[in-house]
Amino acid sequence: MLGMSTRHILLGLLATGPSHGYDLKRRHDERFPQARPLAYGQVYTTLQRLVRDGLAEIEGTGSDGGPERTMYRATDEGTRELSRWAGEIAAPAPFVANELFAKVVVAILSGGDPAAYLSAQRAAHMERMRELTALKAAKGADLATVLSADYALNHLDADLRWMSTTAARLTTLTAEVDAA
Amino acid sequence: MSRPVPLLSASGLTKAHGRTPALRGASVDLHAGEILAVTGASGSGKSTLLHCLAGIVRPDEGSVTYDGRRLADLPEKRLSELRRTEFGVVFQFGQLIPELTALDNVALPLLLAGTDRARSRTLAGEWLERFGVRGQQDLRPGEMSGGQAQRTALARALVTGPRVVFADEPTGALDSLSGEQVMTALVHTARESGTAVLLITHDAQVAAYADREVQLRDGAVAPLGVTA
Repeated sequence: MLGMSTRHILLGLLATGPSHGYDLKRRHDERFPQARPLAYGQVYTTLQRLVRDGLAEIEGTGSDGGPERTMYRATDEGTRELSRWAGEIAAPAPFVANELFAKVVVAILSGGDPAAYLSAQRAAHMERMRELTALKAAKGADLATVLSADYALNHLDADLRWMSTTAARLTTLTAEVDAA
Repeated sequence: MSRPVPLLSASGLTKAHGRTPALRGASVDLHAGEILAVTGASGSGKSTLLHCLAGIVRPDEGSVTYDGRRLADLPEKRLSELRRTEFGVVFQFGQLIPELTALDNVALPLLLAGTDRARSRTLAGEWLERFGVRGQQDLRPGEMSGGQAQRTALARALVTGPRVVFADEPTGALDSLSGEQVMTALVHTARESGTAVLLITHDAQVAAYADREVQLRDGAVAPLGVTA
């Protein structure tokens, strides 16, 4: 994901109040249901770096009946940094570095079968879109699931539109490569 | 596991509009309770296929079989009854009757099928409720938003308990959120009532609501492929 920053996401989760690593990992996975789950090790390493950089501090320890856990909270500087990051414009795809695109170009250059590849890839995209649509259309789907499914669906749909246009252009593209 | 006999089946359909061929040997099966998306570029023959399957248009060649009967063998009176009681149709623009309220629009197919007025209106109200537009029941189509009108059209298509609903670009004129509400309502209701849906769309995000997709290209069903 463009500009994806575990530091800022953890700071964002801490914005609702002090929390410990286990709880932050659980809440991250709830809020970003289609993202790769955070590893515990990554959470603790990131929290230590936030403390080192003065963006978070240790609030104390709590056990809540279970094992003792270190509680963290965002500092004022951490809150300012979160606000800066959240308002910062993400660069709109400065480079085209996508596997689908690369495969089609390579297939055309090497005399492969880009049409067959596009066809199979389209079927795989549609299958994933059906899964995501079923997730978001399920009764009682929560907001995080709907938002993340929408995000993924729109990107897959953009890929599909590019694939359709490319399939339509294949004859011309292949002729250009052959003539070169 | 072998699949059961399809509820609706088209085999080798050809159809020309004047000298322009729209279908060139299209074959497709729709199973009971299945939601099938038919996708394809403009002019690929999607709507003509729907019209042939729904018995609105007769193909030049090939056959359409519904529940074991060839539509071509049915007398016009029986075909008309079939369209009224077992098929429901929704188009891009709902084609509601502008002079009637939402409630009366939905009650109309029941009245035509011989249900008494009070019962028709009660059932129509229940179907508007299922599609989340009960609050608009006294509005005329021109007084509703596009999404409300389209959900009303869906209620009208389903009120007679059809076994198949044909939906031709049902979200084509709607913004994405209204389209999503229409599709969610259609899919949930179809699943609850076991109604099969033949969904015509050029939009992959709408097609993704279906169980399965067939693509039309130049009037025939393409093997797994990219719509060009």
